[in-house]
Amino acid sequence: MDMLDLGGRKFRSRFILGSGKFSLDMTRKVIESGGVEIATLAVRRANSGGEENILDHIPKGITLLPNTSGARNAEEAVRVALLARELGCGDMVKVEVVRDSKYLLPDNFETVRAVRLLSKEGFIVLPYMMPDLSAAREMEAAGAAAVMPLGAPIGSNKGLLTKDFIKILVDEIDVPVIVDAGIGRPSQACEAMEIGCAAVMANTAIATASDVPLMASAFKAAVEAGRQAYLAGLGRVRDCGEASSPLTGFLEDR
Amino acid sequence: MSSVDRSEYTEGMERIDSNILEKVLDEAAGFDAQSYTERDVRTALSNDALSIGDFAALLSPAADGMLEEVAVRAKDETRRRFGNAVGLFTPIYLSNHCDGGCVYCGFSRDSGIKRTALSPEDAERKMRAVASTGLTDVLLLTGESRSMSGVRYIGECVRAASEHFRSVGIEVYPLNVSEYAYLRECGADSVTVFQETYDPEAYAELHLSGQKKVFSYRFDAQERALQGGMRGVAFGALLGLGDAAKDAFSCGVHAHMIQRKYPHAEISFSVPRLRPFVNSPSYVNPVSERRLLQVAMAYRIFMPSAGITVSTRESPSFRDNVIGLCATRISAGVSVSVDGGDDGNDGQFDISDERSVAEVRRALEERGMQPVFNDYVRT
Repeated sequence: MDMLDLGGRKFRSRFILGSGKFSLDMTRKVIESGGVEIATLAVRRANSGGEENILDHIPKGITLLPNTSGARNAEEAVRVALLARELGCGDMVKVEVVRDSKYLLPDNFETVRAVRLLSKEGFIVLPYMMPDLSAAREMEAAGAAAVMPLGAPIGSNKGLLTKDFIKILVDEIDVPVIVDAGIGRPSQACEAMEIGCAAVMANTAIATASDVPLMASAFKAAVEAGRQAYLAGLGRVRDCGEASSPLTGFLEDR
Repeated sequence: MSSVDRSEYTEGMERIDSNILEKVLDEAAGFDAQSYTERDVRTALSNDALSIGDFAALLSPAADGMLEEVAVRAKDETRRRFGNAVGLFTPIYLSNHCDGGCVYCGFSRDSGIKRTALSPEDAERKMRAVASTGLTDVLLLTGESRSMSGVRYIGECVRAASEHFRSVGIEVYPLNVSEYAYLRECGADSVTVFQETYDPEAYAELHLSGQKKVFSYRFDAQERALQGGMRGVAFGALLGLGDAAKDAFSCGVHAHMIQRKYPHAEISFSVPRLRPFVNSPSYVNPVSERRLLQVAMAYRIFMPSAGITVSTRESPSFRDNVIGLCATRISAGVSVSVDGGDDGNDGQFDISDERSVAEVRRALEERGMQPVFNDYVRT
């Protein structure tokens, strides 16, 4: 069976749902229609014992992927991750270290450090990153269970702007490559899966749809289609036609 | 570049190395609202990241005629960045002692109101009451009086607040870097300082006494706060004191330049205004709801990740509508007087929206918005 493997934990669904941008009482419905098994949540939104606590709205059986949103360096990311663990969010963590409040672009350097520290703490670490091969290698070496490159700036819905660089990660990195951020429509999610990404995460694209659960279901179908296409092996697409007479036909001692 | 007179600095006022004030005044000097056309507004709306010129176009009369188109973009930015989330908070007034002679303000030195500063015990009692409504985000306010509400006093209140709340902002008189660092240590996360008007001449006529007289010391407050380790800084021009478009322009450029210099800073805006009323004093250029909305939407499109807060100065219907369009945070269950009494004569301004936390929450939910009580984690 084709399963997504994150640090030894196996998942059938390859569509990871972001949260926070749609009403909490809709969460269950979105999770169901998207066939979601992993949902991210910002630890900063957790409000244990208080009002509108996102943790109260995620159905049992769903794997929580808390993120360290709000952390500006590795040490802060560790503190947020430890807090997530205390809150009962488990030991998987999506590292987000952002020192840029305008575009919310991740800081690879601090992220590598955070991966190192959190791996030592026993977390299954999934770093959100700029798709840079050297950084991805460092993260993998530091114990990352996957890398999560962005397709485009978060919330931009611009799709796979970084496609060629993500493809390099897919080709060169052994852990799963999960596209996080920027995916604006199901076709883009499908495209990411076709090139060999192991999973896709989306939030804004779903939250900003008129029918949120229906869009989640569209993403589910797109991610599955892309995965199947990848497994089936895409036919080679050529930019130019085949030469009609062979270029190597002059060789005599074949 | 403009040269800024800092000779008015009084003893104890710290100077930092910054030329942002000069840059903002230069940009403001070149701002001519009449010079923009519909075409400029369309160009601005089609750009991904707006230039300062694009921002100016959105504040111009040309954009006033295209408010619907501007609203479409503003709403889209807000949805993409914030989804349907709306942060709830409440201000807690600690002290209304004030040395400021701000001619337009209810707290002003000569206003004759009853002066009070909550004792730390009373402050804590008030905090407990606020916390029981479910809010986790508060803004602590004092008037401009170092003698009656000193930094140590504020620090004690911040410490108490950080026991009861997840996020503590302060809106107090401008401080030095080391004082901000001290309050950060006590548990403060963000600092709000309104420049009121960015026109130095109008500013001088409206702020007659106290340390608030010194325009440039106030202007550099956000930078000192960030240097003191604060995570967030909030900006505001009290629209209606000077030329509203120009003040909004300067305020936006101020925030923009701080964001460039301190990329990690969490930036937000408030949009206070002096509304039209009978017998407006001559220094007031009243600001309509339409104008206010134009300004708030221009902030949103120019700085898409910035928070925008609307206060209870505005009516329930304006607040409910501007949420989702461009605002991301609103106060609820507000009392603007220090002792919280209902005699209502010692508040800083008149409240137009007196709804409780539960009522505001319900109104948001009815509009398909998501009230967020906590969006902060102390690191």
